[in-house]
Amino acid sequence: MLDIKRIPIPALIGIVLTALFVLAAVFAPWIAPHGNGEIVGDVWEPMSAAHLLGTDNLGRDLLSRMIYGARITLFIAVLATALSFSLGAILGFSAAVFGGWFDTLLSRLVDLLMSIPTLIMGLVVLSVLPTNLVTLILVMGILDSTRVYRLSRAVAVDINVMDYVEAAKLRGEGSGWIIFREILPNALSPLVSELGLRFIYAVLFLSTLSFLGLGVQPPDADWGGMVKENKDGIVFGIAAALIPAAAIALLAISVNLVADWVLNRTTSLKGGRG
Amino acid sequence: MADTKAKSGLLLDIRNLRIEATVFPPGEPPKNIVLVHDVSLTLEKGKVLGLIGESGAGKSTIGLSSMGYGRGGVRITGGEVILNGRDILKGGKDGFRKLRGREVCYVAQSAAAAFNPAHRLMDQVVEATLLHGTATRAEAEKRAVALFKKLSLPNPETIGERFPHQVSGGQLQRVMTAMALCSEPDLIVFDEPTTALDVTTQIDVLAAIKDAIRDTHVAALYITHDLAVVAQVSDEIMVLRHGRLVEWGGTRQIIKEPRQEYTNALVSVHEIEHQEQKPGTTPFLSVKNVTAAYGRSDIKVLKNVSVDIYPGQTLAVVGESGSGKSTLARAITGLLPPEAGTVTFDGRPLANRLADRPKEDLRQLQMIYQMADVAMNPRQTVATIIGRPLEFYFGMRGRERDRRVTELLDKIEMGKGFSDRYPAELSGGQKQRVCIARSLAAKPKLIICDEVTSALDPLVAHGILELLLELQKEENVAYLFITHDLATVKSIADSIAVMYRGEVVRYGPKSKVLSPPFDAYTDLLLSSVPEMEIGWLEKAIKGRRMASAGN
Amino acid sequence: MSSPILKLVAQRVALGILLLLAVSVLIFAGTQILPGDVAQAILGQSATPESLANLREQLGLNQPAYLRYFHWLGGVLTGDLGTAMSSGQDIATSIKGRLWNTLFLAFWAAIVAVPLAIILGLIAVRYRNGWVDKLISGLALASTSFPEFFIGYVLVYFFAVKWQIFPGISTVYDGMPFGERMQAIALPAAALTLVVLAHMMRMTRAAILNVMQSAYVETAELKGLSAFNVIRKHAFPNAIAPIINVVMLNLAYLIVGVVVVEVIFVYPGMGQYLVDHVTKRDVPVVQAVGLIFAAVYISLNIIADIAAIVANPRLRHPK
Repeated sequence: MLDIKRIPIPALIGIVLTALFVLAAVFAPWIAPHGNGEIVGDVWEPMSAAHLLGTDNLGRDLLSRMIYGARITLFIAVLATALSFSLGAILGFSAAVFGGWFDTLLSRLVDLLMSIPTLIMGLVVLSVLPTNLVTLILVMGILDSTRVYRLSRAVAVDINVMDYVEAAKLRGEGSGWIIFREILPNALSPLVSELGLRFIYAVLFLSTLSFLGLGVQPPDADWGGMVKENKDGIVFGIAAALIPAAAIALLAISVNLVADWVLNRTTSLKGGRG
Repeated sequence: MADTKAKSGLLLDIRNLRIEATVFPPGEPPKNIVLVHDVSLTLEKGKVLGLIGESGAGKSTIGLSSMGYGRGGVRITGGEVILNGRDILKGGKDGFRKLRGREVCYVAQSAAAAFNPAHRLMDQVVEATLLHGTATRAEAEKRAVALFKKLSLPNPETIGERFPHQVSGGQLQRVMTAMALCSEPDLIVFDEPTTALDVTTQIDVLAAIKDAIRDTHVAALYITHDLAVVAQVSDEIMVLRHGRLVEWGGTRQIIKEPRQEYTNALVSVHEIEHQEQKPGTTPFLSVKNVTAAYGRSDIKVLKNVSVDIYPGQTLAVVGESGSGKSTLARAITGLLPPEAGTVTFDGRPLANRLADRPKEDLRQLQMIYQMADVAMNPRQTVATIIGRPLEFYFGMRGRERDRRVTELLDKIEMGKGFSDRYPAELSGGQKQRVCIARSLAAKPKLIICDEVTSALDPLVAHGILELLLELQKEENVAYLFITHDLATVKSIADSIAVMYRGEVVRYGPKSKVLSPPFDAYTDLLLSSVPEMEIGWLEKAIKGRRMASAGN
Repeated sequence: MSSPILKLVAQRVALGILLLLAVSVLIFAGTQILPGDVAQAILGQSATPESLANLREQLGLNQPAYLRYFHWLGGVLTGDLGTAMSSGQDIATSIKGRLWNTLFLAFWAAIVAVPLAIILGLIAVRYRNGWVDKLISGLALASTSFPEFFIGYVLVYFFAVKWQIFPGISTVYDGMPFGERMQAIALPAAALTLVVLAHMMRMTRAAILNVMQSAYVETAELKGLSAFNVIRKHAFPNAIAPIINVVMLNLAYLIVGVVVVEVIFVYPGMGQYLVDHVTKRDVPVVQAVGLIFAAVYISLNIIADIAAIVANPRLRHPK
C-alpha cells in the first residue's frame, strides 16, 4: 500500500527531515564534534570552519549544543506525547463505549481543564512544583491529554453509532471485538495524524516553558532554553538565538507535513468509490 | 424531431451539448471526465419535457446548462444552447446573469436547503423580479400572494412573512415553485422537486406544480428518476443514461411503447409477479401490544403494536417518515427495549434487552440496512464480513469457512473474486448483496430488511428484490420488510401492516389489505402512489376531493 | 419574541459564571497539589524552622484548605487580590497599570490582525485552489509551526538591530505620548499579529467556504445576482456568526501569546508579571494573574457563543 513514489514531495521532505532530527538525537554523543558543556572558544564567535554554527554565550560549540539539545527536546516531547496520548485515548474510548456517569464526569472535568489556556494552567502548577524532568513530562502530558480525550471520544462516538457497529452488536459480539476490531481500525488514522499534531504542540510547549525559564534547567538545555541563553546577543546583532528557534520551527513544520499527509490519506480512504 | 416543428414556437434548442468536469482522484493526477455526450433537445413554449434517468445520467447537468450554470467545476465544452433565438453560451457572464431568474428559473430538490435561513420568504420570492426590474415591489408581492393561493398554500397573505424554518417541507417546495414563477419566466427547471417528500405530500405538490404550469403557460424541464411522476406532468420524455440520449418521445409512447431496451427496463421495473402465500397456522414470531418510546419521553413512537410473522413469508411494514416502522424493527431486535408488550419467538418470549438474549436467538434474527455502505466495516474485506457470522455462530475456520463464503457469494450472484475486495471497491447494489450474504450466513429464520432498496437506483433495486424472493424460496427465510414504497410492497409481501403515527392502522394478508373497503389513511396512502398512467394525477385528486366532500 | 434568545443567553452567562467559579477552585487547588509543604518547597531544604513557621503563618497554611479558598475568593470578589510574597506589595495595585498595558498591546494587535485575517480568508476563498490560496495555506501551516519567540526575535533582529526602525525593547511609562507608545509597541504588536493571523485566516476561510457551498448560495446565483450581491445579501448574513466565533476564539488564543511576547520585548504587562512571579514562586500573584487570564479567556468564549445564538435565525424567529 505504501509506495515511495506515490508519497507527495512535501510529505517526503517532512519524513526525511524528521528522520534526520531523530538520528541526531539518538546518536548525539557520536555525532557532536564537542561535548555539551565544553567551552571551546570565545563568547559568540561567528560561524567558522571550526565551529560551523559559531559559539554560544559561554563560548561552547553551538552545533554540539544543538545536537544534544535535539536529544533533550525530543526525549521530553516524545514522553509527554506518549503520556497524553495513552491517557487521553484510553479514557476517551472508554467514555464513548461505556457512556453513562463515567462519560459525563470525565467530559465535564475535561471541559473545566480546557477552559483555562494550557500555558496559564501550566505556569500556575509549575509555580509550586519542583522543576525537574518528571514534573515537566507529567504536567505537559496531563494538560495535553484533554485534547486527545476530546478527539478520541468524538471519533469513537461517531463510529459507535455506525450501522456496522450496530450489526456487530446485533450479532452478539462482546465489547472486546467491538472496540478492537470494529472501532479501533477505523479510528486509527485520524488518531495517528493527531499524534503528529500533539507532538508538535509538545515541542512548542516545552520550548516556550524553557524559554520562560520554567522548563529544562541549566546546565542542560533544550532548544527553547538555548534561545533563552543566547537571546541577549540579539541586540548586538548576534543571531545565535535564532538558530535553535529556527530548528524548533523546522522540526514542527516537518512533522506537520507528515501529519497533513496522513490526514489526507485518511479522508481519501473514507471517500472510497461510489 | 426539431425540424418538423414550427420554428416560431421554439423556446429552447440545445444542440450537441458536451459537458465535462475535472475530478481529483486521491493520489492520482487530476483527470477530465465527460458527463454529457453530444445531447440535443428542443422545447416549445409552454411545453414540459421530462428528463429521466438513474443517478449519474447527467439529467441535472443538462437542466442547469439551460441557465449556463455548472455545479462545482462542471464546464460546458461544446455545443449550443439556443434560448429565445440566441446562443446563451456566447453571452458571457453578464448574459447569464440577465437570463437567470428572468427567462429561466430553477426549483431545487431540497427547498429547505435552497432557501436562505436568514431572510423572510417574501423577500426571497420577489428578489429575482425586483433584481431584473420587471415589476415594482408592490406588484411583485401581489403576484407572489396570488401564486401562493394558486399553489394552495395555507395563509397565502401572510406566509411570506415567515422564515424558511417556520414552514414545512412540502409547503417550502411550493413556495419555491412560486418563487420561480414570480418573475414570469419562459422556462422553469424543476430538479427532482418532489423526491424528498413523503408520498402523500408529493401528490399535492405535484398537482399544484402541474396546475401552475398549465395556468401560466410556462415551459418546463422536469428532472426526476421516477417515470410515474414524470408521466403525470410532461408532454414529452427524454431518457438518459451515462450522459447519453437513450430515447426521446411523447409521454404516451415512452411509457406504453418504449422502443429501447433500457427504457423498457425502466418502465417494467414496477412489476414483479409475486404470488401471495396464505398465512400458516402458527406464527414463529409474534409482536404483542408493544409500546415503545425513546429515552424517558412521553411521546410513544410505538403504540400498542401487534403483528405476526409466519415461517418463510414476508410481512411488509409500510408507512411514511415518522410512522414508527423502523422503531418496530429496533424493538424486535432488542435495540430499543419496549416499555410494554412482548415479542414471542418459537412460542417463548424473547428477552427485551439485546444484552439478555442468548446467542442462538441473535442468530435467528438478522438485519439488513438501508445504507449498505455504512453497514459494513470499511476496513474489512468481503470475506471477513461474510465469514465472521460463520466463525461466530458455527465456529467455522479456515478452508471450511472459505468454502462456505464462496457458496454464499454464489448465492448472491457475485463471484469468488470479490472475497478480497473492500466495501469501497463495490457498487451500491453489490454492497447490498454482500449485506444480504452476511445475514444469510447466520442461517436465520427471520431477516429484517429496513428500507433496503430505497437508496438504490430502480433497476438495481429491482435486482435486489428478485434476489431476496429467490433466496426466500431456497432458504425458507422470513422477511420483515420495512419500506415507504408501496410498489415494493406489492412486489414482495405476503401480508402487510400499514403504520401511521406509531400505530398499525391496517393489517392482514396482502390481497385483503390492498382491496377495498379502505380506512381513511390507507386510502390516502394507496391513492397517492403515482401510477404509470397518463391522467392518473387528475383522477387521484378528483377521487380525493370526492372523498373529502363525502365526509 | 426574543424571550427564547434571552433565556439561552442568560443560561450561557450563568454557565460561564459557574465555570469561572470552578476554574477558581481549580487554580487554587493547582497551587496546593504539591505533596508535602508549599513553604518547604519555596524555601528549600536548608530553610530554618523559624522561617518555615513564619512563611506558613503568612500563607495561612495553618488553616484548612477550603477556608483559605473562601478567604481568597472573598478577597477576589471585593477587589482584594492579596499581597505579593516576594515584594510585599498590594497585587491589585501592581496589576492595574500592567493590565492596561497588556490590553493596549492586545487591542492594537487585534485591530490589525482581525481585518487582515478576514480579508486574506476572503481572498483565499475567492481564488480557491489557486496559487494565492495555496500560498496562504502554506504560510498558515508554517506559522502555526513557529514558536512565538522565533517570530519575535526575527523581528527584533531585522527591525531593531539591522535596520533600526523600531526599538527592540518596549519600554513604556505613565504619561508617555501616544505616538511614542505606538512606536514602542510596534514590534510586539506585529509579533502577536503574526502569531494569531494564520490560524484566524485558516478558520475564516473554512467558515466562509462552508457558507459558500450551501444550496441557498446556488439559488441566489441562479436568480442572476452578481457575485458581489450573492456574497453581500446571501453569504454574509450567514457567515457572520461563524466569523465572530473564529475571531473570539483567536482573541482568546492571543492572550496566551501575549505572555511570551511580553517576555521577549520586556514589556511591562500581565504576562511578564506572571512569568516573573512563577519563577519567584510567588503563589498569591500567580493565583491572581492566572485567574484574570482565565476570566478573560472564558469571557471571550462566552461572547463567541452568544454571538452564535443571537445570529441564528431559528432562535431569533421561533416557530
